Amino acid sequence: MSQKEQTEKEPLFSPKNIRLLTNPLDDDNPITVLVLGICSALAVTVMLKPAVVMTLSVVCVMGLANLIVSLLRETIPPRIRIIVQLVVIASLVILVDQVLKAFLYDVSRQLSVFVGLIITNCIIMGRLEAFALYNKPWPSFLDGVGNAAGYGIILIIVAFLRELLGSGTVYGYPVIEYLGLYEIGYVDNGFMILPPMALITVGVIIWVQRARNQKLIESN
Amino acid sequence: MQSLRQFLDRIKPNFQKGGKLHMFKSTYDGFETFLFVPNRVTKRGSHIRDGTDMKRTMIIVVIATIPALLFGMWNVGYQHFLATGYEGTVWEAFLFGLSKVLPIIIVTYASGLLVEFASAQIRGHEINEGFLVTGILLPLIVPVTIPLWMLSVGTIFAVIIGKEIFGGTGMNILNPAITARAFLFFAYPARFSGDFVWIYGLPEAEGIIDGFSGATPLANAAIGNIEAIPPAMDMFLGVIPGSIGETSVVAILIGALILVITGVGSLRIILSVFAGGMVMGLLLNAFAVNPVMEIPAWKHLIMGGFAFGAVYMATDPVSASRTEKGKYIYGFLIGFIAILIRVLNPAFPEGMLLAILFMNVFAPLIDYNVIKANAKRRIKRAARVGVQENTAK
Repeated sequence: MSQKEQTEKEPLFSPKNIRLLTNPLDDDNPITVLVLGICSALAVTVMLKPAVVMTLSVVCVMGLANLIVSLLRETIPPRIRIIVQLVVIASLVILVDQVLKAFLYDVSRQLSVFVGLIITNCIIMGRLEAFALYNKPWPSFLDGVGNAAGYGIILIIVAFLRELLGSGTVYGYPVIEYLGLYEIGYVDNGFMILPPMALITVGVIIWVQRARNQKLIESN
Repeated sequence: MQSLRQFLDRIKPNFQKGGKLHMFKSTYDGFETFLFVPNRVTKRGSHIRDGTDMKRTMIIVVIATIPALLFGMWNVGYQHFLATGYEGTVWEAFLFGLSKVLPIIIVTYASGLLVEFASAQIRGHEINEGFLVTGILLPLIVPVTIPLWMLSVGTIFAVIIGKEIFGGTGMNILNPAITARAFLFFAYPARFSGDFVWIYGLPEAEGIIDGFSGATPLANAAIGNIEAIPPAMDMFLGVIPGSIGETSVVAILIGALILVITGVGSLRIILSVFAGGMVMGLLLNAFAVNPVMEIPAWKHLIMGGFAFGAVYMATDPVSASRTEKGKYIYGFLIGFIAILIRVLNPAFPEGMLLAILFMNVFAPLIDYNVIKANAKRRIKRAARVGVQENTAK
């Protein structure tokens, strides 16, 4: 997309650029390490499908917003940069919203206000402020996509667990019924559908992640 | 007894450093100190040490629950016989209840201790006996019809999320038994409300008497069916449908006596819970606009899990307030909030569960402010005394 901007010196997927993409998946995960974007992680993770759509939307919005703001970074007056960033994000979100309404109307209704609320997702503003304003377009784009993917991976894990245990389905497919567990007395866990359980699930993911990745444990 | 001691001593070297079973040391320690009072002697300084360690304290709580447990077993049978119209003796009722309640207790202990042993083993800690109490309290606050796998799921959740992630026994913010009950209540609401879950064999058992309702007094109260609330004496004695151990106020009061005499349970907390409930009940009576609000305040104290929560749950020394003044505030607010939820929120027929969890979370804050206030008062006094001394000079 932004090959034109690329300097000759650095290859497109240099190790540094790859790290921009992969770091947010684990070490700098926006949800579990930076604890940003929690609200939507609680709201859209009851079912897997909306979570996947939300992830894709955020990947689009965040990658493009980072790219556009990075392209504009020399021309944005520092005093009004937040407004400019908001205009960029809001335009992209409206685009995504319209696309969803046109092609995935059911999911769009399920996500309802949360697509619009991508505008206020703190991860996006955070990456624009912290990265896109000071870096070239290609790394900014990668950073945006990486962070959105890090956000999405947690969203999808949480949604998978909540849908499986709370509704007995995976991506709408009735797994539990297929396995015949209901006949031997299994009952879906209604607590998984309620928001508190999303928070506890995210907490357990943080626990597992830290047990695995010792770098994340603060020394105090 | 002697041979047991000898056996333990014989296998002990295996678990000590260098022994081939060293990795199971915490498991061995757990069993040894459970069976015998540890003979460790304090090495440095002068400390007073007595036999009442955590295990003995926990055992007293378990003993204190026995009246409620035995009564609960009998009541399970009695209610079942009542529903089916069978004329059974006291023994028949008790044995019927025993056969239904025993699996519940065994499953609770098995799943809870599994998690306890596993986590102690993984961390290399000593095994804590906190679960001894949780394992007996939880069966007392579930309906007798609960599927055993559900109970197991709830127990494992509560021990891991309610206790182990905070660092194990003594570190937990929430009472594990209440956490398990809350988890189960929200996860499987159909199994914890309605008219059929409280009595074994409803609704499909043979020979159910026509028009027999298994609704608890609180369920009737919540839908405004005031006439259906049983007489106060029945509720006091506990011959009503309900969770296994919560129905009989008499049995619970015997337990309370044991707890208070041995100093394990705090009388301050128990009394202030009742006071809080009474005050809220009277307030609601004073502004009553519907029949539910008109239920006499004192009746609330013998309905549902109020007494059980006040005696066994609110007094949990780990999750309660620890300052003496804090205990009054903590207990009072539990009673106050419990009746508030019970009467004003029809979605929750019983508020005790939520009130205790809520105040568990606030207990550290209460303690913090009590200590702050005390420090402030003493600084003021010191300043005043200082001024007087200066003027005397």
